Amino acid sequence: MTVAVVQFGGSNCDRDTVQALESLGIEAERVWHEDGLPADVEGIVLPGGFSYGDYLRAGAMAAHSPIMDEVRDAAVAGTPVLGICNGAQIGCEASLTPGAFTTNESARFQCEHVHVRVENADTPWTRQYEEGDVIELPIAHGEGRFEIDDDRLETLEDEGRVLFRYCEADGTVTPEANPNGSKHSIAGVTGEEGDHVAVLMPHPERATLADIGVTDGQGVLEGFRAD
Amino acid sequence: MSLSDPDRELVTDHLGREPTQAEQALFENLWSEHCAYRSSRPLLGAFETDGENVIVPPGDDAGVVAIPSEDGEDTYIAMGIESHNHPSYVDPFDGAATGVGGIVRDILSMGAYPIALTDSLYFGDFEREYPRYLFEGVVEGISHYGNSIGVPTVAGSVAFHDGYEGNPLVNVACVGLTDSDRLVTAEAQEPGNKLVLVGRETGRDGMGGASFASEDLAEDAETEDRPAVQVGDPYSEKLLIECNEQLIDEDLIESARDLGAAGLGGASSELVAKGGLGAAIELERVHQREPGMNGTEILLSESQERMVYEVRPDDVDRVSEIAERYDLQASLIGETTEDGIYHCTFEGETVVEADAEFLGEGAPMNDLDHVEPAQPERDLPELDLETAFETVVGSPNTASKRWVYRQYDHEVQVRTATPPGDDAAVLSIRKAEQGLAISAGADPNWTAAAPYEGARAVGLENATNIAAKGATPLAAVDCLNGGNPEKSDVYGGFKAIVDGLADICSTLETPVVGGNVSLYNDSVEGPIPPTPTLTMVGTKDGYDAPPMALSGDGTLLLVGGTDDEPALGGSELLAQLGGSDRFPELPADPAELIETIAKVADFESTLATHDVSHGGLAVTLAEMVSDDAGVDVTVESPIALFDEQPGRVVVETTDPEAVREAFDGVAPVQELGEATSDGTLSIAAGEASLAADAADVAELRGVIEEEL
Repeated sequence: MTVAVVQFGGSNCDRDTVQALESLGIEAERVWHEDGLPADVEGIVLPGGFSYGDYLRAGAMAAHSPIMDEVRDAAVAGTPVLGICNGAQIGCEASLTPGAFTTNESARFQCEHVHVRVENADTPWTRQYEEGDVIELPIAHGEGRFEIDDDRLETLEDEGRVLFRYCEADGTVTPEANPNGSKHSIAGVTGEEGDHVAVLMPHPERATLADIGVTDGQGVLEGFRAD
Repeated sequence: MSLSDPDRELVTDHLGREPTQAEQALFENLWSEHCAYRSSRPLLGAFETDGENVIVPPGDDAGVVAIPSEDGEDTYIAMGIESHNHPSYVDPFDGAATGVGGIVRDILSMGAYPIALTDSLYFGDFEREYPRYLFEGVVEGISHYGNSIGVPTVAGSVAFHDGYEGNPLVNVACVGLTDSDRLVTAEAQEPGNKLVLVGRETGRDGMGGASFASEDLAEDAETEDRPAVQVGDPYSEKLLIECNEQLIDEDLIESARDLGAAGLGGASSELVAKGGLGAAIELERVHQREPGMNGTEILLSESQERMVYEVRPDDVDRVSEIAERYDLQASLIGETTEDGIYHCTFEGETVVEADAEFLGEGAPMNDLDHVEPAQPERDLPELDLETAFETVVGSPNTASKRWVYRQYDHEVQVRTATPPGDDAAVLSIRKAEQGLAISAGADPNWTAAAPYEGARAVGLENATNIAAKGATPLAAVDCLNGGNPEKSDVYGGFKAIVDGLADICSTLETPVVGGNVSLYNDSVEGPIPPTPTLTMVGTKDGYDAPPMALSGDGTLLLVGGTDDEPALGGSELLAQLGGSDRFPELPADPAELIETIAKVADFESTLATHDVSHGGLAVTLAEMVSDDAGVDVTVESPIALFDEQPGRVVVETTDPEAVREAFDGVAPVQELGEATSDGTLSIAAGEASLAADAADVAELRGVIEEEL
């Protein structure tokens, strides 16, 4: 059993994600997109980076690469899929998850640590936390503003599919704590096939290794641990 | 620009005939100041480039040093630095972006994986529109390229000075990781091996970039020289990084060189010359982006994201397969030869046939006059403490650079234990179980006021940054920027920064393993201040480092420096308020000082550390306070707050006695006062005093963010 971290041309967080998963004792390997998913795949990460140079639109090209058909089939069959940053953009472009991530309100790339509040602790990605917990995660994106039409936004909220919301250190959701102008300060959502599919803009793999500081992201990656 | 008459005569004599069009162009570029260092090489012998840990000294694409390991499996650090000054003036976004691309490929060609970038940027007055436009464009270019290729930008510097008005500087360094098994050099190994060009297609971009970099910027450079600026594609570069990594993994590379200045002609001739070999190249075999290119254009195009590899004949197919896997093209363009002749044909006709070594090494050196710079007299302005504090702490030079590094991905590759914004970044090198501290920069105020002493101060300041985080220097690379060397006063200033930097690095026993020289940074606005950018790395056990921010619970000590009277030469205060002074005295034995600072930084009792440099103690203290922690300190005079003597660190400690003991016989220790828990900066300076709360300080320090 292994977690496949799919490497597209231009992915750049694939090695980081494998390293973070392995530090938690979760077996993982990088899979070059043209090689297809391994037969024993038990989980899939669409990692961060600039797949296809973000040309056209962030995530748009990768969403149409052949391996995404395999990812979609696996998701339908119940395999956990997590899209991080550029992987989140790919997930939305591939309609695995609703909405889209678009240009930050600042119109600039932003690399910094933010606080997010756990909105639904009853998913594989958040069961290590309590609802309302505030955790610190790094972001690094130029196109992380979550956009979605109002009807579907309401459905998402009603169905408890918001994983994380940007917030102040004390958990208050404010416009100032929303780093990119995301609707309802949404940092991550679960997918159309169930909550085993999820995407988020912050980088849990950058908040996992204890020797460089923050470890609040471990709980997200723990979602791949076999029960 | 074309080949000068004396050069042309030398070439004709050597060849025994008139050079062809392609040869003229090749000699013009390879013998330019940018490639041949004709005015600087006579000075560069001053640098100590050797040391017990040096694996590859200067002269290759990048220098390599070892982080020693007890099990004998040393980790190697590859380092290189490059300037992209003129291109960044003409086209700030692309000029800066391709500067990043070029220095990353220098690291690839050593068989190393790039793990960090540093950027030192210099612009004209921040208050003026054009420098601001360049600043924004350059930062965006670096951000775009560096972020896309997944190499974190972890350190750097930004300075504004009138002298850069017509000629900004963009100095980019890259650090990579390799080991003895993976190390590759740019020295061709054997005749009969194949030369394979891998990467993006060759087009007509960046023609004559090397010679463009070797003359003063003309008034109309922005429009006239645009074709000499390359356009980069970070997506291709990332594919090239992955491709190079797999080629190294499978041990398919005999030698490698990236294509930079003077394109294929430069890279391939230097590669074979270094191995004492020649080459036979068929230029039409190069994969091209546009039709109808002639041999000269193919030879000298500076199209980006390309590498040339020496490959054993049996391995050529595998190399092509791997390139194709990463959507890159590979062309078998020729082979290495025994005769030492660099021979290129285009569609069957010989276009270049010249001794490879003569191409690279034949350019005569310039013997230029220089005038020694003089130290200024003391002429100090009236000093009101509050105004001085606001002016200096609120200056864009000393202000927070968060606006810059927030746009750089500084955490990708999950090694960043101390991020930018502190004295030095610290990366975790897990295989060696060592923290790698990285500091980069120079201060034009220092070297404009006193080139020799200022350059020594630059070296000491970078070492102090590293030591303040508990590391000791391992190696450095330098980027020496100067104006038109044919002016004797400009050359005198340049010579002084070379000597100053060389002297301090050798005193610190820090080998300088690579470098770059950029001259002719001169425009209608006049020459730049001589600018010796240094990127220095150091190592420490483990990855933890004391923070810059105060805890609020300790005693504040100022350690290091000398007992000399404070002086304001080269200070931000005089840059803002006018006046002149001699440059501060530097410590006599900085090596022991640096070691002691590093030792004290790692004491259990040390709560925070921050070096004193640009803006002096006033800025250091302002940078240490927060809403939760302030300072209550006393110094002898206002001048002492703005003196920028480097080699000093403010230490917040719970055990002042242990710090005094450590510095006994090494350097002075001065008690400044106490850290407090109220977030107020309270300073008594002789007769004057000052109080500011954390919010006031943050507002002053936020000037760049505020304005852009």
